[in-house]
Amino acid sequence: MAETHTSSATPESFEVRILRQDGPGQASYWERHRVQYEPQMNVISVLQKIAAQATTADGRSVSPVVWDCNCLEEICGACTMVINGRVRQACSALVDNLLRYENPTEIRLEPMSKFPVIRDLMVDRSRLFRALEKVRAWVPVDGYYDLGPGPRISPKVQEQAYPLSKCMSCGCCLEACPQYTKVELTQEPGESDEAFEARKKAAYDQAFIGAHAISQAMLFNMHPTGKHEAAERLDQLTAPGGIQICGNAQNCVAVCPKEIPLTTSIGRAGRAATLHVLRKWFDG
Amino acid sequence: MAKKPRVMIVGGGLAGLAAAMKLAELEVDVDLMSLTPVKRSHSVCAQGGINSVNDQTRQLGDDEWKHFDDTVYGGDFLQHQPPVKEMAYWAPTIIDLMDRLGVTFNRTPEGFLDRRRFGGTLYKRTAFAGATTGQQLLYALDEQVRRWEVAGRIRKFEFWDFLAPILDETGRCRGCVAQDLVSMEIRAFPADFLVLATGGCGLIFGRSTMSMVCTGSAVSRCFQAGAKYGNGEFIQVHPTAIPGADKLRLMSESARGEGGRVWVPRKPHDPRDPRQIPEEERYYFLEERYPEYGNLVPRDIATREIFNVCVNEGLSVDPDRQAVYLDLTHIPRSELDRKLGGILEIYEKFQGVDPREVPMKIFPAVHYSMGGLWVDYERSADGGLVPAHPKNQATNIPGMYAIGECDYQYHGANRLGANSLLSCIFSGLFVAPGLKEQLEHLDSLASEAPATLFESAQRQQQHRHDKLLSQEGGGENPYLLHQQLGDIMTRTATVVRHNDQLREAIDRVLELRDRADRCSLSDTGHWTNQNVVFTKALQDMFPVALTILRGALLRDECRGAHYKPEFELPGLTSDDPAERRRQAEQWVDAFIEKNQKWLKSTIARWDPQQRDVEISYEPVDTSLIPPRPRLYGLVGAETIEEVWRERQQRASEPAGAGAAGRS
Ligand SMILES: Cc1cc2nc3c(=O)[nH]c(=O)nc-3n(C[C@H](O)[C@H](O)[C@H](O)COP(=O)(O)OP(=O)(O)OC[C@H]3O[C@@H](n4cnc5c(N)ncnc54)[C@H](O)[C@@H]3O)c2cc1C
Ligand code: SF4
Ligand code: SF4
Ligand code: FES
Repeated sequence: MAETHTSSATPESFEVRILRQDGPGQASYWERHRVQYEPQMNVISVLQKIAAQATTADGRSVSPVVWDCNCLEEICGACTMVINGRVRQACSALVDNLLRYENPTEIRLEPMSKFPVIRDLMVDRSRLFRALEKVRAWVPVDGYYDLGPGPRISPKVQEQAYPLSKCMSCGCCLEACPQYTKVELTQEPGESDEAFEARKKAAYDQAFIGAHAISQAMLFNMHPTGKHEAAERLDQLTAPGGIQICGNAQNCVAVCPKEIPLTTSIGRAGRAATLHVLRKWFDG
Repeated sequence: MAKKPRVMIVGGGLAGLAAAMKLAELEVDVDLMSLTPVKRSHSVCAQGGINSVNDQTRQLGDDEWKHFDDTVYGGDFLQHQPPVKEMAYWAPTIIDLMDRLGVTFNRTPEGFLDRRRFGGTLYKRTAFAGATTGQQLLYALDEQVRRWEVAGRIRKFEFWDFLAPILDETGRCRGCVAQDLVSMEIRAFPADFLVLATGGCGLIFGRSTMSMVCTGSAVSRCFQAGAKYGNGEFIQVHPTAIPGADKLRLMSESARGEGGRVWVPRKPHDPRDPRQIPEEERYYFLEERYPEYGNLVPRDIATREIFNVCVNEGLSVDPDRQAVYLDLTHIPRSELDRKLGGILEIYEKFQGVDPREVPMKIFPAVHYSMGGLWVDYERSADGGLVPAHPKNQATNIPGMYAIGECDYQYHGANRLGANSLLSCIFSGLFVAPGLKEQLEHLDSLASEAPATLFESAQRQQQHRHDKLLSQEGGGENPYLLHQQLGDIMTRTATVVRHNDQLREAIDRVLELRDRADRCSLSDTGHWTNQNVVFTKALQDMFPVALTILRGALLRDECRGAHYKPEFELPGLTSDDPAERRRQAEQWVDAFIEKNQKWLKSTIARWDPQQRDVEISYEPVDTSLIPPRPRLYGLVGAETIEEVWRERQQRASEPAGAGAAGRS
């Protein structure tokens, strides 16, 4: 993609349409902003400009749009949102590319639809982290005293594990998955924070666990020590909300920004789960 | 039901997570607070790797002492040596631990950890996991902390902003006040110990290679409550970053290593496409000024020259942005893809430009804060640290500790590559047993302290918050003030420092500090209000900004990352051997005198009346490795070296061998 200087073809300004929502359970609404074009902007710098301007395209003063970000290098996963209808990271979505290849006059920003909106473009992804607890996505070491080096691992195994370990819990794969549907609960009057947390966790656990967690389960089942809890992980993958819900639509793998071979993980998990169920059945 | 003690850790990067999991193992209940979900902490950005001596380097003559020596030499001897020594000796066991936790380190064909070489050493000490070492290390710790969370030992408070420590009437820290970033609830958290692990403060410089939460706000809030801040003026600037409208992203040094050439058009802001500019109208300033090293001059020199050509000579390639070209276009595509593939993809992804076709635009960027909260240690008989001692990592406020990039302890005047991930994990693991020890002998629990203590601390923060939301007029925009602060700091307090500029910067920063009091918010709501959170962080940047500026103004010397041309010790000028020798003697005299005057830690304290900082100095423990000059690239280095060695020999003879027992 060799670039030539196309400054004559770029607009002076462009419009940004943002789907806003003031809080959970409230109605969402579109708001238009006009942003001066500058070379090498990304969606984060667009949102920063909008925050500094604090006025819409038709001149109304509004509160700045709320969004989530941190690294700005597409490595922390925080800034995931739906841009021109496609889920991706705002920090690596370049304005030049959006205007050139998608829509020359407008950029459309929406929050992810599979997670409860907190405000504007910020959503509550705690369900995604809950899934990591469920599949015990860790190596069960004895402790943190000095017990010598870890197990030796061949470069081949490392090359298989490394791509899976790059999952940044961004949620793109979940946004794209037809089987992953939104779970949104509201705190009842008088319900304590703890009780509400527990109720949310229970609800999350009934719903589909998601491609990212299946892949993490496979990552730890591959590790020489992680393997010791392989059976427990497979128990979770075959429990309600488990891998049986996956319809194999393969949308997940197509949108993963880290190009994680999710369908390979899902395939492996499926086979392992089948064996696991049979074994349990025979062992009584 | 007897209440149990709790430890509050603020910050879930490598340091905070390491401390949390170690405390959990020691059966201590932990609260872990972070602005972001801890898995999204800034530590994910580290690419290069983490250092330790290893079996292979050992057989090439390396050992822990040499790692220790490289670290203090690299830091220009400004760090206390016992903690650094302890860290170097722990390093191999830390890598072993991370290996056991499942970090996907690169492997040798036989299955051992692969290593690469980093700056400032001759040995291949650096373990790495692809180009995402920080991410992989952070995830391994995040996973362990999740494990303890499920076990009920750790409670996480993510999307919370630390607002202030709570000190009782004796001045002991009893917890903290924090704000939920979603509901905006302000709450007091009683804690028997408070551990700060909140990372660096790059955002004070506007844009840097750091993440968006690296505002230094948490540290500043402790500083304003009386904590000492050490070596604030030492800020590391990386020579090659990709300037972006939102962030300056790191461009690895290997681009120059593989033949990249740095240049600017001779005509200021030449509007032509760089590829159309003929060779004779290009200024390859590094190659011209350093014919021997060319584009591969050491990091600090490259940084200074690039800065100089843009800022002082006005030759930036862009009229409204500082940048020079880093040009790879003369190298065949296939070769570039083979050697630099991953790195060039980052540039392409964020700039939308193919660096194989068009010269990259790069500029130095603020990268790391060596300074931070002052912390203590207990020296052991062999010159390391006493394990499990309450003084290790303790700030001067009783009950408050600091670890990771936000402490000032390990990197002196300059940090070596791949040593920071190490110091973060080390300080996190090392602080835990000292806390455990004390928890067993507490006189009283914070949770049983009078409720009024917590209520009044909460009210104070609520008041600040409400006032910001309701204040009328003023009309100052926090985002624009932040830009101005960043511009001043970047211009005067990064690569090259001059006293007149620093003085002027202090005046302007004081002015901005007062203007920041008059911010009007565009969001006055009570739900997920990022506007007010940012404004508070901005206001709290000023104390640290002033610490950096005042420390830099007073320190009339060059040391590590702190460079003041007026006070540079010049190279030798004479060609006559006798005269040269005499000059070298003078040079060494001047060096010794400079160390007597300036080899000391800068200590800043906050003066709440003046709303400004006071600077004092403390001696540095250099008892293990005597300070020696760094002569890289200096004219006459050999002669100076000779004189230096002779003097060292003379000095050590009558006193007997103080170096006994060292390898
Ligand atoms: C681009 C880049 C590359 C690097 N590469 C390397 C490398 O290869 N090798 C190396 O050794 N070092 C490297 N470093 C340095 C290293 O990454 C950092 O020094 C280190 O990760 C800091 O870790 P930490 O645990 O101290 O803090 P961080 O990881 O910065 O975490 C800080 C934590 O504090 C929290 N926090 C901050 N403020 C508040 C607040 N007010 N309230 C609540 N929580 C708060 C944050 O949410 C976060 O959880 C690199 C740095 C950068 C910028
Ligand atoms: S393959 Fe499974 S997990 Fe992936 S998108 Fe399809 S249904 Fe969802
Ligand atoms: S698997 Fe890919 S898309 Fe899914 S959360 Fe991880 S990084 Fe994001
Ligand atoms: S901000 Fe971290 S992925 Fe975009």
